[in-house]
Amino acid sequence: MDLLEQISEQLISGEDEQVGKLTRQAIDQRLPAQDILDRGLIAGMNVVGARFKAHEIFLPEVLLAARAMYAGMDQLKPLLIEEGIPPIGKIVLGSVQGDLHDIGKNLVGIMLKGAGFEVIDLGNDVAPERFVDAAQKEGASVIGMSALLTTTMPMMKNVADLVKQRGLSGKVKTIVGGAPVSAEYAAEIGADAYGFDAANAVDRVKSLVNVA
Amino acid sequence: MSEILTIAADEIVPDRAAVLDNQGIPPDEVLPPATEAVYQAAFDLLTKVAAPVGILAELSVDEFAGVYRGDGWNEPSTPVGDIFPRSEHLALFAATLGPEVSREITSRFESNDLAMAAMLDAAASAAADKAADVVERRFCAALSDNGRMKPDTGVLRYSPGYCGWHISGQGRLFKYLEPEQIGISLRETYLMDPLKSVSGVIIAGPGEIHDFRSTYPSCTMCETHGCRQRIRKLLDQSNPEPTRGV
Repeated sequence: MDLLEQISEQLISGEDEQVGKLTRQAIDQRLPAQDILDRGLIAGMNVVGARFKAHEIFLPEVLLAARAMYAGMDQLKPLLIEEGIPPIGKIVLGSVQGDLHDIGKNLVGIMLKGAGFEVIDLGNDVAPERFVDAAQKEGASVIGMSALLTTTMPMMKNVADLVKQRGLSGKVKTIVGGAPVSAEYAAEIGADAYGFDAANAVDRVKSLVNVA
Repeated sequence: MSEILTIAADEIVPDRAAVLDNQGIPPDEVLPPATEAVYQAAFDLLTKVAAPVGILAELSVDEFAGVYRGDGWNEPSTPVGDIFPRSEHLALFAATLGPEVSREITSRFESNDLAMAAMLDAAASAAADKAADVVERRFCAALSDNGRMKPDTGVLRYSPGYCGWHISGQGRLFKYLEPEQIGISLRETYLMDPLKSVSGVIIAGPGEIHDFRSTYPSCTMCETHGCRQRIRKLLDQSNPEPTRGV
């Protein structure tokens, strides 16, 4: 098993210290940063995402793997910046105003990072203006919104409307998700996509930024 | 007039099944050793940092009508709107685990201790529900003590943000109940600080008033249907929980 496969394996097992150590080793051996990222860290997270999608593992295992991925990314990030390797896309993420539920949103963020995206997580209880302001300020091409309450879902439409009002349609795409949200609701409010779970959300965001 | 209720730590111990369910894990799932370790650590931390407390205030149907109306954002037809006018006793309530739990969750997320943060979050959500259950049981006990519980009395609680009761209802609920006395404040967006807090109304009356059908507009959009289990439990004659009149 080569070094990058070892990184991937240790990441899948959630061994954060090992992933950090092996990533450092790969950097010291002057392996290309893009390879360490793609064939080590992202490859591992892809396996984790697939197993989660197949209900073979559950949220805690995904989060342990994510922590391992961050341990590797801590080592790799300076090199990625130095080599000018950009993320595959940038997304602003948050739970909508009035909604404090964020486990699902956090999971989407983690899996997007694992897929190579830069994620600006605004947290929960996020006002429509904050979503759109952040997307403009950060140059994000996607806004991701989560809601768990039927009473806070309408806030998603406010965000989608604000994107249009500011003339950002097409430049900034919107994706929605959460227990009460559906594809029909997403279409009704003019959102560009709907993610029915975290893994699906990653696939949909990849489509929105044309990297699927 | 409101009453502050002391809640013991052992009264809010969350059920393992509820903690796992909050993370989408089947209740009988055997956890891998690393996950089991996270579960135990989260459980221990919650026990250490939670400071549960509750507050309760009885009010009349007319008084609650004013609270429920809120800022006028409720859907025209809601379960609570149909149930409370037929109630016999009502009480507003709030319960919290205190600020330290939320601080720990945030701090764990910020330091990328993600599994622990999510497990603690899930355990705290289940524990906050337990704290609300304690307040509900205390209200039942008070009704029983002064002979206001009848054999057919059924008691259930409802919260703003659910079942069509608009979240803005928190505004008037807070004005009446003043949960600030137990350290809960309300954001402009009507969310509570600390986040691991529960508020709402406890409605006591003939058990059948709670047996509503899932045909309200809010029900058609709701995918959790958490009410169904509570209603079934209430209406089950063999239910040993003291939420039914004795």
